Amino acid sequence: MGDKSSHKCLIIACGAIAGEIVQLQRQLSYSKEAFTLKCLPADYHNTPQKIAPAIEKILMAQRDQFDVVLVGYGDCGTGGKLDAVLEKYDASRLPGAHCYEFFAGAQLFGDIIEEELGSFFVTDYLVKFFDRLVIKGLGLDRYPHLYEIYFANYKRVVYLAQEDNPILFKKAQAAAHKLGLQFHYQKVGYGDLEIALKTFPLKTVGAHNVSG
Amino acid sequence: MSDDEDEIILRDLNDEDLVAQLQDDLYDGLRDEVYEGVEILLERKWDANDILANALVEGMRIVGIDFRDGILFVPEVLQCANAMKGGMGLLRPILAASGTAASTGKFVIGTVKGDIHDIGKNLVGMMLEGAGFEVIDLGINNPVENYLEAIDKHEPDIIGMSALLTTTMPYMGLVIEELDKRGILKDLPVMVGGAPLNQEFADAINAHTYGRDAAMSAELAKVILGKNR
Repeated sequence: MGDKSSHKCLIIACGAIAGEIVQLQRQLSYSKEAFTLKCLPADYHNTPQKIAPAIEKILMAQRDQFDVVLVGYGDCGTGGKLDAVLEKYDASRLPGAHCYEFFAGAQLFGDIIEEELGSFFVTDYLVKFFDRLVIKGLGLDRYPHLYEIYFANYKRVVYLAQEDNPILFKKAQAAAHKLGLQFHYQKVGYGDLEIALKTFPLKTVGAHNVSG
Repeated sequence: MSDDEDEIILRDLNDEDLVAQLQDDLYDGLRDEVYEGVEILLERKWDANDILANALVEGMRIVGIDFRDGILFVPEVLQCANAMKGGMGLLRPILAASGTAASTGKFVIGTVKGDIHDIGKNLVGMMLEGAGFEVIDLGINNPVENYLEAIDKHEPDIIGMSALLTTTMPYMGLVIEELDKRGILKDLPVMVGGAPLNQEFADAINAHTYGRDAAMSAELAKVILGKNR
């Protein structure tokens, strides 16, 4: 990837993983200037048709200001439209269909699905903002009878945890209970997001000092 | 929706205004009001097929357009569908008993293997039923064998496949390949739909038709069979 210290990097990410990226930035000892982070609203999760156009808008305006661009999304329901945009602007994204897969890794994610197809996934972020993104986002606060329509085919909530956090664990359990589903906990950490940030050409604290 | 003083008495409306009000109530997801409106039209000796087409299906067509344009979102569309179901609940037994149900064609529909999402599929099924199709719903997580068995058993005019996930939509291509191998595809139009799909994907897997949304899918199904209005 060349001299990491010399690259000017842009990360465009889903708001649902912004906190995780900042956390990893600290853990991996990257400088604050290691990359420019731009985030799109996390509730695009419920309207994936907005993702590719929103990312293209940023790339169109700013691509030439950066050497490399990492997009913190999976395909995320864009049906290949995101990949088409990224190819056009020479940018890369995280592997997998969505954040559940890149946090868990393809193998483990496949195993979980194989074990129970009716798995409803949540991450740390989705647990933290469960009421806003799931309950309100799906209109369940306004139309409680939609619970059955949305979740009839699900059997369990699978919490793919990034951090050991007993408060979030309890919140996730409560969310499963609210949806009338079983609960399964799996600590997966940051998975492919961490790998991507480790291998992406970013400035470390030392590198920043050298180049700065 | 409105203050008591503005309350609309459905029975006071003439037929034209009542149908327009029914469409509005359906748009607002008011199941009880839609039920009542349908009941009144039946009392006024309206044909059940006409109520279905002019009030309910037309109302859902408008809902479909506003969903496509980002004015309505999934929860609201589901409310509208719930209201339509209220009206359909009254009409279905009348249509069945009288034998006057419009017979547009037979449509087998199912969500593909590996996918348990059925909200979109169910909306399409409801709109197809509203358009006069006999709908055979295979449910969720269907391997190719289920589609083949349903084709043998029901001899449909159209087969429809749905997927919500980027990871499951390629399975539609496998089903189409299998239909082609067996010589079925040339005589059986395949319609595909689902949130991550688009026309390019439908073309790439050799699907006959891409159904962008529920209302459009029902319209396209009629076009396929040459029974569009």
